Amino acid sequence: MTSQRNWRGLLFAAPFLALYAVILIFPLLRGLWLSLYQVDLFGAGHFVGFGNYARLAHDPVFGTSLVNTFEVTLMIVPALTVISLLLALALNRTGGGAAFLRGIFFASAVLSVTIVTLVWRFMLAPDAGLLGETWKALGWEPLPFLSDVHLALPALAITTIWWSVGFPMLLFLAGLQQVPQDMYEAAALDNASRWTTFWKITLPSIRRTMILVVMLQTAAQLQLFGQSQLLTAGGPSGASRTAVLFLYESAFGRWELGYASAAAEVLFLIILAVTLTQYWATGPAGGAQHER
Amino acid sequence: MPSLELNGVSKKFGATPVLDRVSLTVEQREFIAFLGPSGSGKSTLLRIIAGLEFADSGEVWLDGRRIDLLPPGERGIAMVFQSYALYPHMTARENMAFGLRNAKLASAEIDRRVTDAANVLEIAPLLDRKPNQMSGGQRQRIAIGRALVKLPKLFLLDEPLSNLDAALRLRTRVELAQLKQRVDAPVIMVTHDQAEAMTLADRIVVMNDCQIQQVGRPMEIYSRPANTFVAQFVGSPAMTLLPVHLAEGGEFATVKLGDGSTVQTRVPRAIVPAGELRLGVRPESARVAEASATTKAKVELVERLGERSLVYGRLGDGLPITAEDSAYSSVAIGDEVPIAIDGSAAHLFGADGVGYHRAAQ
Repeated sequence: MTSQRNWRGLLFAAPFLALYAVILIFPLLRGLWLSLYQVDLFGAGHFVGFGNYARLAHDPVFGTSLVNTFEVTLMIVPALTVISLLLALALNRTGGGAAFLRGIFFASAVLSVTIVTLVWRFMLAPDAGLLGETWKALGWEPLPFLSDVHLALPALAITTIWWSVGFPMLLFLAGLQQVPQDMYEAAALDNASRWTTFWKITLPSIRRTMILVVMLQTAAQLQLFGQSQLLTAGGPSGASRTAVLFLYESAFGRWELGYASAAAEVLFLIILAVTLTQYWATGPAGGAQHER
Repeated sequence: MPSLELNGVSKKFGATPVLDRVSLTVEQREFIAFLGPSGSGKSTLLRIIAGLEFADSGEVWLDGRRIDLLPPGERGIAMVFQSYALYPHMTARENMAFGLRNAKLASAEIDRRVTDAANVLEIAPLLDRKPNQMSGGQRQRIAIGRALVKLPKLFLLDEPLSNLDAALRLRTRVELAQLKQRVDAPVIMVTHDQAEAMTLADRIVVMNDCQIQQVGRPMEIYSRPANTFVAQFVGSPAMTLLPVHLAEGGEFATVKLGDGSTVQTRVPRAIVPAGELRLGVRPESARVAEASATTKAKVELVERLGERSLVYGRLGDGLPITAEDSAYSSVAIGDEVPIAIDGSAAHLFGADGVGYHRAAQ
């Protein structure tokens, strides 16, 4: 009976498991296997062991792309978290106006990366873009966001923040609505200022949401790709080449599939390590939640 | 000088009136219970006093200071919420100290007050626990402690016993009674449980239909209900109300029931208005008895409570009546039993519902 039941249960899960195996497990293992070979799109390739990894370790372009990836992640995640939280706090109210603005701020999230980068090309172009014109109107020299080595990553960050602010805002709104109203009433009777209420009541109450947002965004931004490829093509002179753009160029530009797979495995391990570190550093996730 | 004064407090939620010109005076150290069914406005009134709602009109005064325009934290009021509303991420100690920190008290003073309150409430071992590591009863003590340490001018308790199980409720009731002896400030408790109100309160404020129906000491509310609402809401099971006609003559009102039987009350005839009348009889004043039987009833249900039995029946004219019998009652459903109504404990109510009672003793 029991084994039969297990068998039936497995049947229900089978469609998902099959899909999961084909589109996730297999490519993962295949990538691992490829990373040990020197292989291009045609021909069998040959086994090089950890040769690809050794080459990566000494490849300055890969090194720079990793540094770029960390830098842009550090630019995006804290700012994105704070901005989406502020938006959620401002829009966490009933009424048509707030609902309309929630829709507006979420709208950018449904656009594809192609459209987003197209829009921001216009925004950032120094000679004709909105930012450039604004700078000029103020009597300043327009900043060459897309062609300056020091401004390319910030340009990616600004574009990404604008694009991704909707979803974290939604998560924060959901978190804020979980906070029981009577806690705010108790705080009011405890003579807590708005500032104290925010720091001592609201923020600890949405701690779990905050952790979730930071972890999701970190993992997402470490894989930043489309903006880098379409906005600056990794330039100028590699200043905005991210790790995923590097492996894309290796795989589909130079057809070094094994080398690109090795880079992908390294990035995978880095993301895994960062995420697990965040998870452990924030302690038991259930610690701050209310039980009533 | 009264401690708390409400003058003509009115409140509407949209087009729905919740409170209609409510006025009340509470003395120093008094324990007041707001008693009423849900929707009677009792919780809204408490929240207006606390400052969590604002009245549309009327004034609230506390210790000679008008407070209805002040924010909640500046009114000198502490409140224990129905759900306790403890801060889940803070320990019990931090919960209790939070308000004092906001009031910028010295930390030595905060420690002293928290320790004092913890000793009074016997919660010292719990001080470093968080709310989710405590039972419901323990959380409530912390919530009471959080109110105590503020040394408020007024305590508000919103349905303090409703979240506790029966055994704990009884114990907490005793503790609240003891608490009342310790605090200098008046206490206002909202409840829909009349037993809670009767045992704890110095005075009960019975509320219904956006208004105060009666304010009085517990036994006054029970024995001299101001109107039919109070008469039927307080006391369990509810008082029987029977339409009657006033008979001629006598110092005290004598009334005729629908089935022709008469009851001699002790209500002075002079105060009874002409017109429609109803006779109010509590179950304990209507006994199943052959001797001095007033009327007869057909039994529909016998409820055995252990120390007594309650007999629910219908009179000859079909009106329901609740009567009492001994614990070992032999009455069965379908029987026709004689009922002796004790007229000396009966009440009369006029067409407008106003109650008339025997002269106060």
